[in-house]
Amino acid sequence: MYNFDVERPKTVADAVNALATDEAQPMSGGQTLIPTLKARLAMPSVLVSLSGIDEMKGVRKGDDGRLCIGGGTTHATVAAEAAADFPGLAGLAARIGDPAVRNRGTIGGSVANNDPSACYPAAVLATGATVVTNNREIAADDYFQGMFATALEEGEIVTEVKFPIPQASHYEKHIQPASRFPLVAVFVAKFADGVRVAVTGASENGVFRWTEAEAALGGAFNSDTVKGLTVDAADMISDLHGSGAYRAHLVGVMTRRAVDAING
Amino acid sequence: MTQVKMTVNGKTASGHVEGRTLLVQFLREDLGLTGTHVGCDTSQCGACVVHVNGQAVKACSMLAVEADGADVATIEGQAAADGTLNTIQQAFQDHHGLQCGFCTPGMVMSAAALLKDNPKPTVAEVRHYLDGNICRCTGYHNIVKAIMAASGQDIGAIAAE
Amino acid sequence: MPKDSGIGASSKRREDIRFLTGDGNYTDDINIHGQAYVHFLRSDVAHGTLNSVNTDAAAAMDGVVKIFTGTDFEAVGSIPCGWQVTDKHGEVMQEPRHPVLAHGKVRHVGEPIAAVVADTPEQARDAAEAIEVDISELPAVIDMKEAVRDGAPKVHDDLTGNLCYDWGFVEENKGAVDAAFEKAAHVTTLELVNNRLVANPMEPRVAVGDFARSTGDYTLYTTSQNPHVIRLLMGAFVLGIPEHKLRVVAPDVGGGFGTKIFHYQEEAFVTFAAKACNRPVKWTSSRSEAFMSDAHGRDHVTKIELALDADNNFTALRTDTYANMGAYLSTFAPSVPTWLHGTLMAGNYKTPLIYVNVKAVFTNTVPVDAYRGAGRPEATYQLERLVDKAAHELGVDPIKLRRQNFVTEFPYATPVAVEYDTGDYIATMDKLEEMADVAGFAARRQESEAKGRLRGFGVNCYIEACGIAPSNLVGQLGARAGLYESATVRVNATGGLVVMTGSHSHGQGHETSFAQVVAEMIGIDESMVEIVHGDTDRVPMGMGTYGSRSLAVGGSAMVRATEKIIAKARKIASHLLEASETDVELKDGAFTVAGTDKSVAWGDVTLAAYVPHNYPLEEIEPGLEETAFYDPANFTYPSGAYACEVELDPETGQVTVERFFAADDFGNIVNPMIVTGQVHGGLAQGIGQALMENCTYDADGQLLSASYMDYAMPRASDLPFYDVDHSCQTPCTHNPLGVKGCGEAGAIGSPPAVVNAVLDAMRSGGKDVSHIDMPVSPHRVWEAMNS
Repeated sequence: MYNFDVERPKTVADAVNALATDEAQPMSGGQTLIPTLKARLAMPSVLVSLSGIDEMKGVRKGDDGRLCIGGGTTHATVAAEAAADFPGLAGLAARIGDPAVRNRGTIGGSVANNDPSACYPAAVLATGATVVTNNREIAADDYFQGMFATALEEGEIVTEVKFPIPQASHYEKHIQPASRFPLVAVFVAKFADGVRVAVTGASENGVFRWTEAEAALGGAFNSDTVKGLTVDAADMISDLHGSGAYRAHLVGVMTRRAVDAING
Repeated sequence: MTQVKMTVNGKTASGHVEGRTLLVQFLREDLGLTGTHVGCDTSQCGACVVHVNGQAVKACSMLAVEADGADVATIEGQAAADGTLNTIQQAFQDHHGLQCGFCTPGMVMSAAALLKDNPKPTVAEVRHYLDGNICRCTGYHNIVKAIMAASGQDIGAIAAE
Repeated sequence: MPKDSGIGASSKRREDIRFLTGDGNYTDDINIHGQAYVHFLRSDVAHGTLNSVNTDAAAAMDGVVKIFTGTDFEAVGSIPCGWQVTDKHGEVMQEPRHPVLAHGKVRHVGEPIAAVVADTPEQARDAAEAIEVDISELPAVIDMKEAVRDGAPKVHDDLTGNLCYDWGFVEENKGAVDAAFEKAAHVTTLELVNNRLVANPMEPRVAVGDFARSTGDYTLYTTSQNPHVIRLLMGAFVLGIPEHKLRVVAPDVGGGFGTKIFHYQEEAFVTFAAKACNRPVKWTSSRSEAFMSDAHGRDHVTKIELALDADNNFTALRTDTYANMGAYLSTFAPSVPTWLHGTLMAGNYKTPLIYVNVKAVFTNTVPVDAYRGAGRPEATYQLERLVDKAAHELGVDPIKLRRQNFVTEFPYATPVAVEYDTGDYIATMDKLEEMADVAGFAARRQESEAKGRLRGFGVNCYIEACGIAPSNLVGQLGARAGLYESATVRVNATGGLVVMTGSHSHGQGHETSFAQVVAEMIGIDESMVEIVHGDTDRVPMGMGTYGSRSLAVGGSAMVRATEKIIAKARKIASHLLEASETDVELKDGAFTVAGTDKSVAWGDVTLAAYVPHNYPLEEIEPGLEETAFYDPANFTYPSGAYACEVELDPETGQVTVERFFAADDFGNIVNPMIVTGQVHGGLAQGIGQALMENCTYDADGQLLSASYMDYAMPRASDLPFYDVDHSCQTPCTHNPLGVKGCGEAGAIGSPPAVVNAVLDAMRSGGKDVSHIDMPVSPHRVWEAMNS
């Protein structure tokens, strides 16, 4: 690693101030960032650790019925504390990485980084959640802008994610065998007014909504309705772990399995 | 350099570290606790698992300054003061759950965290819990068996030796 | 009743205590006062002309002690190769120079170009980034068949093309083999790839060099499976340090699996630099560095053919293999596809005529050398896949076809130059069928199908050759080393023993199992025997641990030395007992005069040896310490039969190993617990090769699987419990313990069973695919199912 100073603010306001420094970079759980720093792929002058900000931690039910999760909440906490209200999300959180990673990694870090193979972006997009930052709220549909790209401005921090709680939901994941990240994973969220389907791991453009499947499932919520649907293999990632065609195929399989899981 | 102070295996430990100093480097190089190992640089292998405030973490993926004020437990603090192995350590020896020993500290620390949260895990739960701990020697058979035995469950159905 | 100590007991491992408490002493745990750290600047291109390396800016940076480049090593020897293969025309192989640091050209991604020694590891890395390297990139050769085409870019400009050797075995048989194929009733042909692997012991390599200016003594601490071999190779061939001035220590080593046999540039560098910098110099590999600097394994491309007569008897076998050497010849690389592979092609079968051709090829990749099994997995995989394919083509049961062609009489001289001393392939197959509940498979398949899964069953047999020997034979075959083993047994005055063995334990538990043997021979408690290994200053010249040789060869040396101890102790005892030597017997730790109650305890005899007051000084010397060097008469030939049952998800292509059975014949067994653990670990590596692991380069020579993010290491949730049996025992006839090797069997015997099971599952789903290459990833299965 290149050397850097570490700031450990206790409040969001202090964190924002610290991030105003040239070449400052926020770090939440560090489970992606620290390996990146080890590979010397980033060179911050100041690393602003968000792990000491209590106001960014916790899972609570908002007045509007949404499940509000602080950006600094670890995957392990989400897995435990969201289980009653939003089991689909808790199930996703419980299968990110491994236990030690889940004890450090946070939802805010995952959403801010927007790795094309990360798990959380699928839940955020499939529920139409709102990404809350230190100075605004961003709708999920506007937030994700391609691989590692988001609507966040320089120095902006994800302080909270507000999830509308679906009637039912399920996250189905096929892992890449080395990294254990999703090769393809699909989050299906069934709401009273429709169905949303988000896919991670598969696309060259990062997490995306599969609107054709959403429309079909909105009509009849069973896996047969999406059987004939396909995504374009040309848009899918092709690498040593699977071709675009294979990933496109898995998008269908994972979607159908998620629907079947919801229908029991 | 920043001063850090933490409790490690029940004793106060302090030192001066750079911002980039990892917790595992502080433990190994500053405190001489070389039982915690480094087997990769992508936060995958788990040879470096320690407990920070009672939770399993990868000491290679946490900065030392972030452990300032924390309560840290490492493999060196697991046996009793007289050297008696704890239940998990003893089960690893009894069931040949280690060969070269390099991944072992992380395995033992992960197993301890598992059994704290889930005292009677199923075999499948043990295997999934070890997703972040790679062993190249044992094929995991005897590690899983040792953890099941340490949980006090019947391991008669698991193939012998 | 199982024994509770000595030979045959599952004694708990004494080394576990230090490993379980964080008290192990691995090389990276060693820090010498005043040490500096080296960072290697490694090539990021696969092939190029090295025009210049400018270190001026880097040398001025904080903490930099000294920067080295290839020119600093011009007067230093080449990293040697320990085995010279002679090709089918009688010509010796092409052997390129292998510099410590690249000079003139770079030949693979990861090759060290420069080395920065600095006060801290981070300063060394900072300065390495400031080195200006000017490389003119050249076209890389990655694919072996492309590499040997006319006009292909040359990895080594001073060699004739990229062919290291073209080996034919047994060349004189070729005509007869071809003739047998002409007459065959049926010929089965198979083309396959044995995937390139990375050994990945969990401890990355580390080397610490130290030099004492006042005495001229060098010390190298290194993660090695064979410290004496490193001392000889590095001292004699690279740095010119006489062995009495060079100590090599391999302390606790965190797994080896072959890749820590070899002498690497980094070891030579830290030893050289310790003197040049007048400071100890330490190198700790990162995992990322390990992927591009540890020798890789396997990487064969093979076409194999089997000829059968009308009664399904195997009449001839021929095989053509391209074996990747990488850019340079690693220590034992040339022996792997030849003498460790060709000699095993008979397998468990009495095929009368066999011809093996191997073309070893240089490519712009990391050197390839022995990895657990080394040549034998490649032989077993192609043969056992081929036999399965033949069975399906002929419509006969694969187990029946194997049984029909088994070697049943021993000793058996194969047509590929080795003689199996013992074995009972029918017994292990019988045991396997019993363990695997073959009769219950149909019901299990139905259960899987009810869940929408396909179920497959696959078997294979294997034979391996362990403890490669004898030295005079391997010398004729091209080995540049002896393959004996040594042991010194030192008895202390109060009766305790220290055994200094040339074998090296890096997970195998020798400290426990070797002590069991000696304790049993004398009849004393295991705790009275201490095993010392891994230090050239403490142990007589030994050859180390690889090729499943330790107990068969190292253990035999220990037995021979202990026999000498007992013989001398008996002389002392007979003097003390005033009895004839022939009447004195050793039992349960005491010498007794046969037929009397006169006895003297072991401790009294050993005390007399060192306090020789009442002692036959005119006949024998005082003291009780003996050394033996044991050079085996032959290999040992463990064998077995393995079965795998898989479930296959036809929608995703995901394959899960549900059950795995191993029936092995390892001859006599010293510690069943440890033997079973060795098989477990081998199985995991074999299943890993079959389903997950793949070292991949792109066409430009960039390593794509360069970390655990892309190289799939098997995890606990990827693997089943294994059912392992070693009750079939045909003891080795030529070593004193009657033991065979067990360390590699699991890795050798498992890949074909897995692949055979996958193909069986696919057939049950209506897809008759004749072959699928490893790793049988979900993607590949899905493609095959939809082809």
